[in-house]
Amino acid sequence: MASTVDMTASSQSSQNLIADVLVIGGGPAGCWAALCAREAGATVILAEKGYVGTSGATAAGNSSIIDAAPGAPRDKAIAQREAKGLGLVRADVVDRVLEETYIQLNRLADWGYRFPTIEDGTPWRGSMRGVDYLRFLRQRLIKNGVTILDQSPALELLTSDGIVSGARGVRRVDGEGWQVKAGAVVIASGGCAFLSGALGTRNLTGDGYLMAAEAGASFSGMDFTGQYGIAPLHCSVTKGIVYYWATFTDEAGTIIGGKGDRQDAVAAGLKNGRVFAVLDKASPRVQSGMRGQPNVFMPFDRQGIDPFTQRFEVGLLYEGTVRGNGGLIVGDDTATEIPGLFAAGDAASREAMAGASSGGGGPNSSWAVATGRWSGVNAANFAMKIGLMQAKRISRGAGGADLRAVGSAQADANEVVIAIQAETLPLDRGFWRTADRLNASAAALDTVWQDALDLQHRIDPIRAREILAMAATARWINASARQRKETRGIQRRVDIPGTDPEQSGSILSGGLGAIWAGSSRAKRQESRP
Amino acid sequence: MIELVSDTRCIECNICVKACPDNVFDAVPNKPPVIARKADCQTCFLCELYCPTDALYVSPIMDADDPVVEQDLIEAGLMGGFARAMGWSNAKPRGTHTDPTYRMFEDRNP
Repeated sequence: MASTVDMTASSQSSQNLIADVLVIGGGPAGCWAALCAREAGATVILAEKGYVGTSGATAAGNSSIIDAAPGAPRDKAIAQREAKGLGLVRADVVDRVLEETYIQLNRLADWGYRFPTIEDGTPWRGSMRGVDYLRFLRQRLIKNGVTILDQSPALELLTSDGIVSGARGVRRVDGEGWQVKAGAVVIASGGCAFLSGALGTRNLTGDGYLMAAEAGASFSGMDFTGQYGIAPLHCSVTKGIVYYWATFTDEAGTIIGGKGDRQDAVAAGLKNGRVFAVLDKASPRVQSGMRGQPNVFMPFDRQGIDPFTQRFEVGLLYEGTVRGNGGLIVGDDTATEIPGLFAAGDAASREAMAGASSGGGGPNSSWAVATGRWSGVNAANFAMKIGLMQAKRISRGAGGADLRAVGSAQADANEVVIAIQAETLPLDRGFWRTADRLNASAAALDTVWQDALDLQHRIDPIRAREILAMAATARWINASARQRKETRGIQRRVDIPGTDPEQSGSILSGGLGAIWAGSSRAKRQESRP
Repeated sequence: MIELVSDTRCIECNICVKACPDNVFDAVPNKPPVIARKADCQTCFLCELYCPTDALYVSPIMDADDPVVEQDLIEAGLMGGFARAMGWSNAKPRGTHTDPTYRMFEDRNP
């Protein structure tokens, strides 16, 4: 799919920049990557689709983070991760992530981030207000001399002789093109939630996955994506923690519950009809804690509902690879399979950290800090080895993105989005999977992929690339879910309800026109000389 | 989705235009910004935090229009309510250190 236009003259882009490191995506992983690359001595540009500080799942929410000091707290946290990971968590990786998180949380405090204090005077570092945290990181980036490109989605990578050498995109505000030639690129563009409406996920359409795949990268853990967030009906606020203190009922008022977690209870209820919740198990003390997350109460306060005494209707919003675990394959140094390309945060597979269960909350936010730092440092080192030569390299667009496309095929675009969502969002696609339904989706998604390709020159390039990225991500998820012929964590194969001890390895996937998925063992055998 | 840019409260600083994660607003010379791409609003409420004059109102309904009357919102104490609860003022976080979220984690291990 490589475009044939030589970009050295760069005549197509109105804004041409050069940096040692380009970071794509300005959530916590991207901010830490940019900051740490800069600290390592690199010149850094951070390009973000929205605004660095408000874009992405962390900004719109609050996030737990695993604050585990070395010794007993660390050992306990690692044991918890291993238990929840159902065979895929790597204790050595969790230990490294938590050590790095611990160090960086201490640095945040040293820099003046005002962590809350418990009544007894102990500092609390176990959760972050996303929008406060990201604004603080933004200020730090500016102070340290990182160039921030807000409202500047990247649309494709540049490569030079098989090495990733930058990216180009379009500015949302005026439609002008931009291009950054860089010695190394960090993809920190988050996961993909297929425009489900889950809180903070509008920009999370898998753009970084698509760009990386076009450069030849592949994926792991796309099967562990059966993840949904509970939200009041018609509302975006997927704040699952408060439902720990909920009673769920059906329309007649009969209590729904029993085995499994909160998400399972709601899903089971939705199978039979409407589901209601009331947060009646929360003590006054817990209620006051919930008030620390005011967005929880926006749907209630603004609709005149008292959630502690009044029932309200709830639904499930798909969270895809945002709170599921699939993403780009990275080594322990966060390098992807493509030289010059690194990945951090939700853009990278989190199986080593979260295994087969959702990494939402603490695991993912700790992973974002740690992989953010590692990718920034390693990208800086990679770039500085290439040095000034990098700007002279002949680079080509790896994806064939049409930056200057204009068109009004908006109705067609909406139809393709609806078709993608039909194979990803419904509970009988994402939550409860069967071979029959997955096979039917695979066929439908083959058509959708062609339709998404056909759109590329007929609508604005940002929307066109989002749709193509969602179509590709849906296919990797589908192929991986078909390949894992068992139920494990958030891969629920209702046709194969048991967990098979022989299938404790990862499912890898990739490809664009032709999709592939297979076990890690098979992949390694294939790649033997 | 975003429902209101208050003409009377807006000081035309255009911070919301810049800080919206979804590029929903368009700046207009010598006028308050307009809601140009409402369907792209992700109902995250964050523009309200960045508005220094509590001139914005986001309805919690994400999938349908929810027309509002400014005076009703003011009387119900809803204009700027999210920013006050978060401790944000003049587009800056001032409540980070008073977040009592930890109280949820005392009860059980959610």
